[in-house]
Amino acid sequence: MIAEIDISLIDWSRAQFALTAFYHWLFVPLTLGLGIIQAVMETIYYKTGDEFWKKTAKFWMKLFGINFAIGVATGLILEFEFGTNWSNYSWFVGDIFGAPLAIEGVVAFFMEATFIAVMFFGWNKVSKGFHLASTWLTIVGATMSAFWILVANGWMQYPTGMNFNPDVVRNEMESFWKVAFSPVALNKFIHTVLSGWVIGAMFVAGISSWYLLKKREIKFALSSIKVAVVFGLIACFFSIWTGDGSASQVAEKQPMKLAAMEGLYEGGEGVNLVGVGILNPGKEEYNDDKDAFLFKIDVPIPKLLSYLSFGKFNAYIPGIKNILDGGYPLKDGNVALSAKEKIEKGKIAVSALADYHKAKADSILYERKADSIKIALTAEINNCETAISEGDTIISQIVTADELFANKKAEITDKIADSRRLLFENFDYFGYGYIKEPKDLIPPVALTFYAFRVMIILGSFLLLLFALSTYLVYKNKFETKRWLQWICLISIFFAIFAGQAGWVVAEVGRQPWAIQDILPTSAAVSNLSTAAVQLTFFIFLALFTILLIAELKIMINAIKKGPQINEQ
Amino acid sequence: MDATYTFLQHYWWLLVSLLGALLVFLLFVQGGQSLLFTIGKNQKQQKMLLNSTGRKWEFTFTTLVTFGGAFFASFPLFYSTSFGGAYWVWILILLCFVLQAVSYEYQAKHGNLLGKKTYQIFLLINGILGPVLLGAAVGTFFNGANFVVEKQNLTNLANPVISSWTSAWRGVEAAFVIWNVLLGLAVLFLSRVLALLYFVNNINDDEIQKKSRKQLIIETVLFLVFFLTFFVHLLIQDGFAVNPDTGEVYKETCKYLHNFLQMPAVLAVLLLGVVGVLFGIGKTILSAAWKKGIWFAGTGTVLTVLALLLCAGWNNTAYYPSLQNIQHSLTISNSCSSLFTLKTMAYVSILIPLVLAYIVYAWRALDIHKITGKEMEENEHTY
Repeated sequence: MIAEIDISLIDWSRAQFALTAFYHWLFVPLTLGLGIIQAVMETIYYKTGDEFWKKTAKFWMKLFGINFAIGVATGLILEFEFGTNWSNYSWFVGDIFGAPLAIEGVVAFFMEATFIAVMFFGWNKVSKGFHLASTWLTIVGATMSAFWILVANGWMQYPTGMNFNPDVVRNEMESFWKVAFSPVALNKFIHTVLSGWVIGAMFVAGISSWYLLKKREIKFALSSIKVAVVFGLIACFFSIWTGDGSASQVAEKQPMKLAAMEGLYEGGEGVNLVGVGILNPGKEEYNDDKDAFLFKIDVPIPKLLSYLSFGKFNAYIPGIKNILDGGYPLKDGNVALSAKEKIEKGKIAVSALADYHKAKADSILYERKADSIKIALTAEINNCETAISEGDTIISQIVTADELFANKKAEITDKIADSRRLLFENFDYFGYGYIKEPKDLIPPVALTFYAFRVMIILGSFLLLLFALSTYLVYKNKFETKRWLQWICLISIFFAIFAGQAGWVVAEVGRQPWAIQDILPTSAAVSNLSTAAVQLTFFIFLALFTILLIAELKIMINAIKKGPQINEQ
Repeated sequence: MDATYTFLQHYWWLLVSLLGALLVFLLFVQGGQSLLFTIGKNQKQQKMLLNSTGRKWEFTFTTLVTFGGAFFASFPLFYSTSFGGAYWVWILILLCFVLQAVSYEYQAKHGNLLGKKTYQIFLLINGILGPVLLGAAVGTFFNGANFVVEKQNLTNLANPVISSWTSAWRGVEAAFVIWNVLLGLAVLFLSRVLALLYFVNNINDDEIQKKSRKQLIIETVLFLVFFLTFFVHLLIQDGFAVNPDTGEVYKETCKYLHNFLQMPAVLAVLLLGVVGVLFGIGKTILSAAWKKGIWFAGTGTVLTVLALLLCAGWNNTAYYPSLQNIQHSLTISNSCSSLFTLKTMAYVSILIPLVLAYIVYAWRALDIHKITGKEMEENEHTY
């Protein structure tokens, strides 16, 4: 038994989850993107009857299959890790969080599992139409599963549609639609799936470019690129579009994350968007006077951050220091509380919950005691045969006892009501009760800041690359542009990197919260020894890494072998 | 208590039990893996075996995932208590399923880093460990586990964890209880029986047919020995009963026997299941041309496991007894989700028949064509 949850347990538990999520997101986006591309190719085959497109689709499906299993495996671990490593979390919000996970299983995973078998093994066993439908249903299933898990993730960033039930000490769902269709969840789903499509498109364009560089499989490569670049261009454009949407949601719901993304300590009205910059590693405290940056260049459009966040060039954006110090005007007209005040209120809420439970337990205890005393007195009066005066004394005793109990009961009932009221008055800050000091509310600024830059810069670069490639492909000039083929090949890694960076912004940027403002990671963990979590971490690390290397080797082998289409 | 709430608790226990029952049936995939080198004497035979049960691995996997998700949504206190507590058991189960997920695809591919044999051994490990661990974990539903649940702990700022495990073995201690082990072994040999029946049904190869039918006798005997010992003990052991008015948990002699007697419908499901399993096996052994054993034994398995799990949770029974403090035992009413969530999820469950229908449809479309040596040699997608 551990007397106190220590920091290293929280950090290692986070590391274990991050590791699994990191590996999961190496494989899943490729599944999402490649799934659509191969389905489009098979549709062309279905419409034209051209065997070339069947073979092309089948080649990409082969790579899809190599990639698929390990995404499934890491996904299983993620689901169970909520229970194994985040036990308190599972109870505290399981009533809301479990639902999307169950729905994911029932409506999405089974669809994926059923039709992927037909897609792989059914070519000569079912009709062309049934096969095509299966290919589409596989990717529809995969995409629906992304929807439900992102609903779950969106809810953690922006909890909504629930109520706290102090009797069972957990949050309970009050509106399914608010949870499933919260704007944050929808935006997150679209942005994330589109980023997967970008990665899939880049993968197909990059591998095809490799064939062009090798002067092999020319027709196959050019045909694949034609599908991929258009798809990638559209996906990339809308991914950036929805990215802006998620930034403005962050500004509203998670101001601390936005401040970290921008390295913004001292906010104000009409804030610029940082283009590139190097943070000052010498800045040790959020409230010291040192400059946050060694060097930075803002995006040349002035006041852009304010505009992107709130649609107004002069909108006020709080920095890290402002958020912790409070005192600035909020959108709803109130004045922001300081971190200290929030922590104070959080502690009031937590101790009110304790008082509530104590009062409820007392109430049961008194009730029992009162009952037993009354029974004893009644028994005495029934046995009382001696003097009437004695009986009268007992009766008066009962009356006094009744009064006493009534008073006591009223007192306890008041206590229950008072603590309940106090709890709910302060519940918005419940999670802050577990925060030791204000600076614990700051996420790792450097990691969030740089990851955000990496995502935006790579995303913009990919948009340009897709646009240029589309233009050249349809002008029939792509085949001769070897430099561009090299860039396409290398950009597979850029696309994957951009996706990972996006998740770092989303997840590191919301620390210390497991559920925004309601439950910090320190109150969400399981009661495990740090050593056990460390051991699991390294087992997973070794296993995933070996499997990743094996996957890459198999994939490279299959690519080298090529689609083996007889081209005339 | 609200009658709708009570009904939904029972309904969700039924659904979770049904998923568990389907999972045990689908463990025939694991059974097939564990028999890979017993039945498959050369590479070609092994390839046919892998492509027979192996093409269904995603169903087993998905059912496991959905079982987890459904349990989380309907009985979150079990999820937080058991997974976070019996940590090493669940991590072991996860690890051996991760090995399975990649091994089918990788073992047949060039450049797979570890070599074909390694991945096949991974499949063997998953094939044996998967059923044993899952079976032993379910054994704790009857024999209890070492945990305490203190919801007020959340107000302890230094250590706010609600559910705590009280054994340093973190779940592995369940392996020291013989009755859990017996159930684990019973599930293992059942999965092997089902795999053999599936081979008989699915592979058109004389040698595999003959060997499968022969092996079936040995596996059946082992299954019956382990299962009957577990089952007879189950009927006479002390069970964990709940007083529905106070929520108080107490030990009751022959509780599970009483459950079957007090719930005749569940008893009927159990008996029907047992008859199905025995008929499927028996007729396959006796009639050399009969191939439909898997459907009888498979359905029988689903019914039997369903009845056992219902017996663990229905009729005022604590389905996850705490050995540390009996009053902390989990029941379907003290560990479930809110009325609202159970109701919402009940609407979602209307989709289940639709899901089952398309699974059956797609499964049949593929299984009409049996596995043959010829298909294995063609240059199509195979494991």
